[in-house]
Amino acid sequence: MRDFVLKRIVAVIIPFISLYGFYVILHGAISPGGSFAGGIIVALSVIAFATIFGLDRAKEKLPEKILVWTESYGTLWYVLMGLVGIVKGVPFLSNRLAGINLGVPGTLSAGGLIALIGIGVGIRVASTMITLFFTMMEEEK
Amino acid sequence: MKIRNLVFLLIILLAVFTMLLAVAELPPYGSPDNPVHNMVTDRYINKALEETGVNNMVTAVVLDYRAYDTLFETIVLFTAAVAVYVTLKKAKGSESGE
Amino acid sequence: MRILLEKLLINYPFFFAIILFVMGAFTVLTRSNLFKKLIGINIMEGGIFLFFVAAGNIKGGAVPILVENNPGMTYINPLTSALMLTGIVVSVSVTAFALALIIRLYKIYGTVDARRIAEMRKEVKERWQE
Repeated sequence: MRDFVLKRIVAVIIPFISLYGFYVILHGAISPGGSFAGGIIVALSVIAFATIFGLDRAKEKLPEKILVWTESYGTLWYVLMGLVGIVKGVPFLSNRLAGINLGVPGTLSAGGLIALIGIGVGIRVASTMITLFFTMMEEEK
Repeated sequence: MKIRNLVFLLIILLAVFTMLLAVAELPPYGSPDNPVHNMVTDRYINKALEETGVNNMVTAVVLDYRAYDTLFETIVLFTAAVAVYVTLKKAKGSESGE
Repeated sequence: MRILLEKLLINYPFFFAIILFVMGAFTVLTRSNLFKKLIGINIMEGGIFLFFVAAGNIKGGAVPILVENNPGMTYINPLTSALMLTGIVVSVSVTAFALALIIRLYKIYGTVDARRIAEMRKEVKERWQE
């Protein structure tokens, strides 16, 4: 799987795949998609890189420390966004009751807390898929 | 074919026939007065823009009206990743160590 | 019998969802390779997702994204699609964990056949009780 033609083509396509993944995450309020599908598309680009160019080079670019950090703090980010409501005296995970400015509908900054939670969940899902792939694909020396 | 496979095939054909009898009695597909579209869906469709501010209704349902379910689903994904890590790293450690 | 076929022809997505479910169940029951059983479980889950998402459809309805041009369009039901997102994530988690367990079983027993593994375990248990 380490051919000459494959390496050249994949090296051209991978930045566009991850750019499309970030587009789907950020435009979750306007077009279909949302956080889960966008996170998986971002993880697909790293998995394609690890398949074609070898597992060791992919592990140098994304060491284990970064993956563990992204995954743990992604879950904590969701809970912290929910605690914003409790500080102001309204129920947990509330968006409009807590008095957050909802923005102009139809642009990127719509929704208040929805866009921030969406980015956190998207990065977290991508990191989980990459961790699963790296753990299962280790070969014995 | 073996005898076990034939017995399983007969049981599965019986199950298919029973389920088809049940599915044929469901309300017709695609009509606008199914019992699926009740007042909860009407509230979600009519007031999604002024209570949430997003145009996409599925995102508004998943991340604002039912954000509690999405929180626990994120925790389920985290638990699955930790479980896979613990199962496979321990195998390599005990094989190469001792 | 003819009335049954006519009624089934109106609800055709539910018919195909049940066919998928039953084919997955047949694969789990008859094949003895562990990987094939896992694929059968995935096929069953695909059938269930098709059933739920097709139940919320309205003929002639539009995609559930608000367009500010004409008020009074009928939108399809967004609640059934949003509930199935959680189900897809659960399916992915179960598949990943089952694959990790199959890898460990292969390292200890040397084979991926369910019946051979059961025989080996019976031999080990008989030798242990002597």
